[in-house]
Amino acid sequence: MSLNLEPYTSKSLMEQFFTQLTNGLAVGGIYALIALGYTMVYGVLKLINFAHGDLFTIGAYLGLTLLASFHLADHLGVATALFVLALMVMGLVGIIGILLDRVAYKPLRTSPRLSAVVSALGASIIFSNTIMLVFGPSPKVYPQGLLPTQVLYIFGLPIPIMRLLILLASIVMMIGLYVFIQKTKTGTAIRAAAIDQDAARLMGINVDRVIMLVFFIGPALGGVAGLMVGLHYGQINFTMGWIYGLKAFTAAILGGIGNIPGAMVGGLLLGVIESMGAAYISNAWKDAIAFFVLIVILIVRPTGLLGERVAEKI
Amino acid sequence: MILEVQNLHVKYGSVRVLHGIDLSVKAGEIVTILGANGAGKSTTLNAICGLIRPSSGEIFFNGESIHRLPAFKIVEKKITQAPEGRRIFGTLTVEENLDLGAFTSKKQDRVKKSLEWIFELFPRLEERRKQLAGTLSGGEQQMLAIGRALMANPKLLLLDEPSLGLAPVLARQIFKTIREINETGVTVVLVEQNARIALKLAHRGYVMELGKIVMEDTATSLIKNPEVVQAYLGGAGV
Repeated sequence: MSLNLEPYTSKSLMEQFFTQLTNGLAVGGIYALIALGYTMVYGVLKLINFAHGDLFTIGAYLGLTLLASFHLADHLGVATALFVLALMVMGLVGIIGILLDRVAYKPLRTSPRLSAVVSALGASIIFSNTIMLVFGPSPKVYPQGLLPTQVLYIFGLPIPIMRLLILLASIVMMIGLYVFIQKTKTGTAIRAAAIDQDAARLMGINVDRVIMLVFFIGPALGGVAGLMVGLHYGQINFTMGWIYGLKAFTAAILGGIGNIPGAMVGGLLLGVIESMGAAYISNAWKDAIAFFVLIVILIVRPTGLLGERVAEKI
Repeated sequence: MILEVQNLHVKYGSVRVLHGIDLSVKAGEIVTILGANGAGKSTTLNAICGLIRPSSGEIFFNGESIHRLPAFKIVEKKITQAPEGRRIFGTLTVEENLDLGAFTSKKQDRVKKSLEWIFELFPRLEERRKQLAGTLSGGEQQMLAIGRALMANPKLLLLDEPSLGLAPVLARQIFKTIREINETGVTVVLVEQNARIALKLAHRGYVMELGKIVMEDTATSLIKNPEVVQAYLGGAGV
């Protein structure tokens, strides 16, 4: 491994493949982070939070606003600034997530499930229009020249440092979440509430608190994914949450909705499939390929790749 | 009285399920509630646990009013339930299920002691501690449901149909264990379809019909009562 500052150009087939792979993994990591929000909320409430894509957009815009208005990079240096920025975005979007639940979903907890879905769509429209009214309808650009543009060579194969950072950050967050869910008492309580809310109450678990926590963690991860897209691609717009949300939703279904490792695997896999399809089939077919995957999985294995591993005995 | 239920009414929407239940349980007793399907036995237990909010009436635990508390607070008061249908967490391991039973316990050494005790009561659970709970047999799942309810060191244990779907041998074994649990000082309220086995185990019993208590007596009298024999013990006498 050596640091090389030469600008990167695609040369060989191997290089092209590697580029598509890392690009797919980076995008896939972003899908996975968003998908986790869908799958965690679904796990506990059996509700698809259709406003989740807009929380991702809010994350992207908040990131830009905080970066620009506090001059974080000037005060803290780039590395610390990005870390602080990510924490701030996660905290704020997480709080918005809790408020979303309080306003749009909690009053409908005992209503038919469709009511909450309609409420979710309404919340989505309100969010995206509010973003448009506040920030304007034209795309916004993250400050350039701030972020490292160097290319790293791994065994002679190039990878831009930013892409590697994004991939690493999403993997670290996914591992962190996995350990939290699997190994801690609170994580086990979340899993229990997802299986049977009343039984969880009988264990002394405050299920309302669990729901609140899920509505913090999911949006926090979605929001930081929005920040990553802003940092990686430079440009954001108020409708970006729609397509990213849909792709992440596909990823959640692909892995098995309600299944946390499933969302991670589904996201990474979808990112790679899409990237490979764009490179070797046609770039214009990129979105179609992703949704083709969704259709295939719904026909062949509707429970997703990791869904329903154990049948419950009655 | 460890538990006092006074004039308890419960509605599901506009359907009235309980019409003024009164019952009381002394510390250290096993009290059974008998009755046909739909009499309101499980509803009574769920109201005590806080899963269902009564529309009127009061519930006292050791003199303290608990009917307005949410379910998770009632567990902290040391009332736990092994619910009907076991309701174990099938995709979690046996050990994780038991750990969740001790969710409200702060002291780790106490939790460890409870776990040792439960493994003594149900050695099968220790053998299968790493297994997913959904892969256990019906009897083992019932052991897990009871064990899980014991992890919080309850003073009052509510058992809803612990013998449901079990082979007679297993049911007897479960009931023997319930007696052992009671002998350690845990008060037990037992809802049971199998009236004969329940009355043999219990000190006192209540009979419910259509959301009302219609009879209350010691278990030894109930088991000889002609109406009870006719309705719940198959009519042929004991």
